[in-house]
Amino acid sequence: MKEHVENVSKKRLGVFKFASCDGCQLSLLSCEDELLELAGMVEIAHFLEASSKVAPGPFDIALIEGSITTRHDIERICNIRQQSKKLVTIGACATSGGIQSLRNWADHKEFVSAVYANPEFIDSLATSTPIADHVAVDFELRGCPIDRGQLLEVLLALIHGRQPKTPRHSVCQECKRRGTICIAVTRATPCIGPLTQAGCGAICPAYGRACYGCFGPAAQVNCQALSEQYLNSGTTELQMIHSLRNMNASASVFQIESNRLQSRLRDSST
Amino acid sequence: MSETRKITVSALTRVEGEGALNVCVEGERVVDVKLTIYEPPRFFEALLRGRAIEEVPDITARICGICPVAYQMTSVHALENALGVQITPAIRQLRRLLYCGEWIESHVLHIYMLNAPDLFDCHSGIELAARFPTEVNRGLRMKKIGNRLLEVLGGRAIHPVNVRVGGFYRAPTRDELNLLLPDLRWALQASIESTRWIAGLEFPEYGQECEFIALQHPDEYPFNEGMIASTMNSPLVVGDYESHFAEQHVKHSTALQSVHRDTCETYLLGPMARFNLNRDQLYPAAKQLVNELGIKIPLVNRFHAIIARCVEVVHAFEEAIEKIENYVPPSPAYIQYAYRDGYGVAATEAPRGMIFHSYEITAKGEVSKANIVPPTSQNQRQIESDLKDYIQRLLPNKDEVIAANCEKLIRTYDPCISCSTHFLKLTMQRL
Repeated sequence: MKEHVENVSKKRLGVFKFASCDGCQLSLLSCEDELLELAGMVEIAHFLEASSKVAPGPFDIALIEGSITTRHDIERICNIRQQSKKLVTIGACATSGGIQSLRNWADHKEFVSAVYANPEFIDSLATSTPIADHVAVDFELRGCPIDRGQLLEVLLALIHGRQPKTPRHSVCQECKRRGTICIAVTRATPCIGPLTQAGCGAICPAYGRACYGCFGPAAQVNCQALSEQYLNSGTTELQMIHSLRNMNASASVFQIESNRLQSRLRDSST
Repeated sequence: MSETRKITVSALTRVEGEGALNVCVEGERVVDVKLTIYEPPRFFEALLRGRAIEEVPDITARICGICPVAYQMTSVHALENALGVQITPAIRQLRRLLYCGEWIESHVLHIYMLNAPDLFDCHSGIELAARFPTEVNRGLRMKKIGNRLLEVLGGRAIHPVNVRVGGFYRAPTRDELNLLLPDLRWALQASIESTRWIAGLEFPEYGQECEFIALQHPDEYPFNEGMIASTMNSPLVVGDYESHFAEQHVKHSTALQSVHRDTCETYLLGPMARFNLNRDQLYPAAKQLVNELGIKIPLVNRFHAIIARCVEVVHAFEEAIEKIENYVPPSPAYIQYAYRDGYGVAATEAPRGMIFHSYEITAKGEVSKANIVPPTSQNQRQIESDLKDYIQRLLPNKDEVIAANCEKLIRTYDPCISCSTHFLKLTMQRL
């Protein structure tokens, strides 16, 4: 009886996968110290990578990994939204289309035939789009992959019914805090840390390389100012476009700037 | 009288990716088994074209969050092959250390969270933990230590940032690595205990004869290089991979399937294949454990793959300790190179089995063509063939029983097709 009462009060968690690498849901299984305790705080109703016990909705919390790339997945996400009180995207694919959204700038048919011998067998949309393009999203957790600590913060906040707190400032502040020498200033490589949201711990500069933006855009960034700065100091347009077109290529501010640079490149070549 | 029964059972969970199983039975004979992979395609080989070679390891890592290091390692070795770059022995040792971390993380996840629950009819590792708290907590701690190794060496465990063409962006200091030693030494003992526990459990019995393929190296248990060895055919050099093996595209799967080009024969990769072909190269404690437990060679019961995985975890901890004890930071951390037109190949051993990459690159340092063959697409045909044989034996049972057993068999291969499969529907058609 006691257990029954506990079950009623526990929040029901669903974890769902769309086009992705599984890395963000793996982050949940990588919370080795907290996993078993967390499993005691929620009812894991749907988490196919972790459990073969599958219960139907509704869900109090739905974590969504992956982007939308098939017609069937559009129906699936709408269905999950209808059954979920709070819907949270986890990771760059769900939040901004992922690396697979590079197809949005390419000829999809050509992409299909470059990889598959029988393109007619493949049912795939010409675009890879974030979850928010299809349904309302209550919270977006960024990162490729997401940070474990931030994931726990989001889950605990939702379990306790408060708003999650994750930073919206840039990687630069994390670098300063870590005492890392600034790559953007001291090296001739286009570090996009000034544009990128904190959360990774500024690991790339700490390992001696430029940030490649896997956490997506920070709040209120000026992409154009930064890319002009880099273009003036020897970075080519193509390099700059590629820096912006990675795991968060379809995040709107990255997209606007990479498109601007591409049209400039096109104009200069004609 | 022929009767058509169509049964759909939701089945495959605790694997990575999405798929279904369709079985067709005529009378008393299983005529067709299709393991359908409907993981949506992400077109990596297409989107890599035109990208700078330096970006390749960061992009290919995103194929799989469970084994990103396997994609990174295979990419950089293949690109170095195209560039004509020779890495130093010190860089090579550090790459092996990184691979140890990934094998530990991926194998322990599979052993405790995905596979072992089946041996006790539990739905998840979490349920298993309620029954065996000591064992599962020990597993979780081992996994954490593997992750920690990846974090120190790669910056983070999922999609590490420190791998580059020619070596590493930054070599860790001796102190950074030495700090890991106490935990690694504990974990080596824990992994031995863990193997004793797993190997002592009762397993279902299934294994038809098949060809096992894995890399083989004269001096080491295979990670980053070697000949392509087989239990049935002569060894091949990695450069002959594409002329010898073919990827076929069938309607029911977005994962391409590999077979021998000339005979269309299937083969099996992974921990059992590596163990069967390379057991003499295991480190001493792992080798001693194999003798102590009397593990018979060759392993053919597919349900014993978990034992091979456990032994490989012991080996990985042991090798990691040895690598760190003898560590001298490579200087420089990476080899400089000049761009040139070229073609390069590499095969390495992902936790799930041999993975192959080839690239064509331009004199501007861009990729012009990429070919990536993950382990699960190579195993898929063999898995189908095994399932057909297995279901034939199970046929007198009810469909639910058959489905549950197939699900368990499929999990033993640790399939990964997002490297990919979360939800498997069994459709059984009895004609």
